[in-house]
Amino acid sequence: MREVAIVAFGQSDHRRDTAEISEVEMLMPVLHQVLDAVGLRAGEIDFTCSGSCDYLAGRAFSFTMTLDGVGAWPPISESHVEMDGAWALYEAWTRLLTGEAETALVYSYGKSSPGDLREVLTRQLDPYYVAPLWPDSVSLAALQAQALLDAEDTGADERALAGVAARSRTAAEGNPHAQLTGSPPPEALLEDPYVVRPLRRHDCPPVGDGAAAVVLAAGDTARRLCRRPAWIRGIDHRTEAHSLGVRDLTRSPSTRLAAERAGAFEAPVDLAELHAPFTSQELILRRELRLGEGVRVNPSGGALAANPLMAAGLIRLGEAAAAIHRGAADRALAHATSGPCLQQNLVAVLEGDDT
Amino acid sequence: MTPAPSPEALQAPLVVEFPFTRSLGPVQSAFLTGLRERTVLGVRTTDGRVLMPPVEYDPVTADELSDLVEVAPIGTVTTWAWNPSPRRGQPLPTPFAWVLVRLDGADTALLHALDAPGPDAVRTGMRVRIRWAGERVGAITDIACFEPYDGAGGGRAVPHTGEFTDPVDGIVAPARLDYTYAPGRAQSRYLKALAGRTTYGERCPSCRKVYVPPRGACPTCGVATDEQVEVGPRGTVTTFCIVNIKARNLDIEVPYVYAHIALDGADLALHARIGDIPYDEVRMGLRVEPVWSEDGRYPDHYRPTGEPDADYDTYKELL
Ligand SMILES: [Zn+2]
Repeated sequence: MREVAIVAFGQSDHRRDTAEISEVEMLMPVLHQVLDAVGLRAGEIDFTCSGSCDYLAGRAFSFTMTLDGVGAWPPISESHVEMDGAWALYEAWTRLLTGEAETALVYSYGKSSPGDLREVLTRQLDPYYVAPLWPDSVSLAALQAQALLDAEDTGADERALAGVAARSRTAAEGNPHAQLTGSPPPEALLEDPYVVRPLRRHDCPPVGDGAAAVVLAAGDTARRLCRRPAWIRGIDHRTEAHSLGVRDLTRSPSTRLAAERAGAFEAPVDLAELHAPFTSQELILRRELRLGEGVRVNPSGGALAANPLMAAGLIRLGEAAAAIHRGAADRALAHATSGPCLQQNLVAVLEGDDT
Repeated sequence: MTPAPSPEALQAPLVVEFPFTRSLGPVQSAFLTGLRERTVLGVRTTDGRVLMPPVEYDPVTADELSDLVEVAPIGTVTTWAWNPSPRRGQPLPTPFAWVLVRLDGADTALLHALDAPGPDAVRTGMRVRIRWAGERVGAITDIACFEPYDGAGGGRAVPHTGEFTDPVDGIVAPARLDYTYAPGRAQSRYLKALAGRTTYGERCPSCRKVYVPPRGACPTCGVATDEQVEVGPRGTVTTFCIVNIKARNLDIEVPYVYAHIALDGADLALHARIGDIPYDEVRMGLRVEPVWSEDGRYPDHYRPTGEPDADYDTYKELL
């Protein structure tokens, strides 16, 4: 099979509100950052794929506007998914595997600030039985967290959730793009009131705006563009049944299956970037991915430090790749999620060549 | 040449609101009609499990399902979350618990609200029953909510034909989302200048094209447009159409002409209505200028200037 690698990664600073700039104005500097890193112009990229969601900012066909930032005229070979950019990367990866393209630009962005995100996300739910009740995203995550706390085989308690929050946001102090950095110790966090019991503020991701982009390249092109390419050894995505009441919310069989298909269990990883917007979800993912104590998890701070919707999953792939680029990891796992309560999950395994 | 200033970005409220009309399959129709009749239906899978709420296809095997059963309006909370500040559209106006409830006779759980005095009164495993809405129409909201219950159990699921008189075959789901729309730097600059009756395009630093209205990026070069250029006010009709359909909320007599207009100095045509001329006399090359209403923040329409028509060669690249 053709070798495909992530050869460049860039992201914006993630912020609560970016009312002063449009989506394309937010995205364009990130596109320039990754193209500059590989010394290519947009016209020299063989395939472009983006991920975004019109509901976030309430702008119909917003992705056609942001395409201006790529320089898409005369027409380029281009595609778009109404999903997190991690799935746009998946599409680009398959395009490179066909041999029709040597390079691909993948980007995604989300501006949640114009709307009420908790309300907006209710519109992705089952329109017959669930959406008419307007259950917001934090409440659904809280149902999952309570199920985890109730389960006897997990050992999870609120102190463990607070520990995830404190560790993530302390790690984010080293991430200049993070929206939320630093944390009181877990014991102090537990004194805060609940947002939706059993979730407190620290258990929830910040709501914010941001963008991310990566460049993919195949084989020798990747070696030419990047000193140490992050080779995609495997990538797969799976979904759960859409009805929450059918699922065991304490487990994520789709993550386990995607990881198996991506080859995650064939050798240990030294780094994992998990897209766990809520603290309880990291505990679920750790178990499904069989991550031991020796694995560094989310040194970027993860989605608890910055969770720009539609970009946060792609950022996990980008952060894992960047660690390989700079020699800080040799074999990394990246995970992206979409939908309520870890509805859909993507797992990729990235490796660097021996140095 | 004026370097583009960075004024405070404009903002305005934006409401996106529409009723979704959705048709139902046979299983969903029976379930929602059943709720109207205070009857709770599930569907039995080929391996004997009872799915409630019922679906048309088995989420595990993908088998088409049609074996309807009636389950009890009584059940057990499988997980919960305390919602201290209910939001618009949610089932109860006062603090409540979101719950997943497995009704007696069912193997899966339904999401809904539980009316309870406080979080200390809620726990996983507690027994609850349906509180029906006073007016029922065949929708999930026919269940007003659940309430605590300490009576007898509901027993096993029993077969049901799913037949009711006057079954519902669709739902209308109203949806409203409120946004604060912000057009960004380039469009804020454009709109502010326009309110002062000046039209600014923005020039691409790479290919030198002037875009109006500017959107912040040159779609050919993929770079930010960074130099404001005053264009117009006059321009040339590059192409047009005759509109014969009256738009709702628009007080304009049909037929009228809508045109692409290349403002003098712009490399992209904008579009606007042409007035003050019979619709069948509008033509490509017609020279036009903006007409501002008394307190308008943008031109109401464009009208002929009386100049000779522009040569085709002067605007053929802008079609
Ligand atoms: Zn240009």
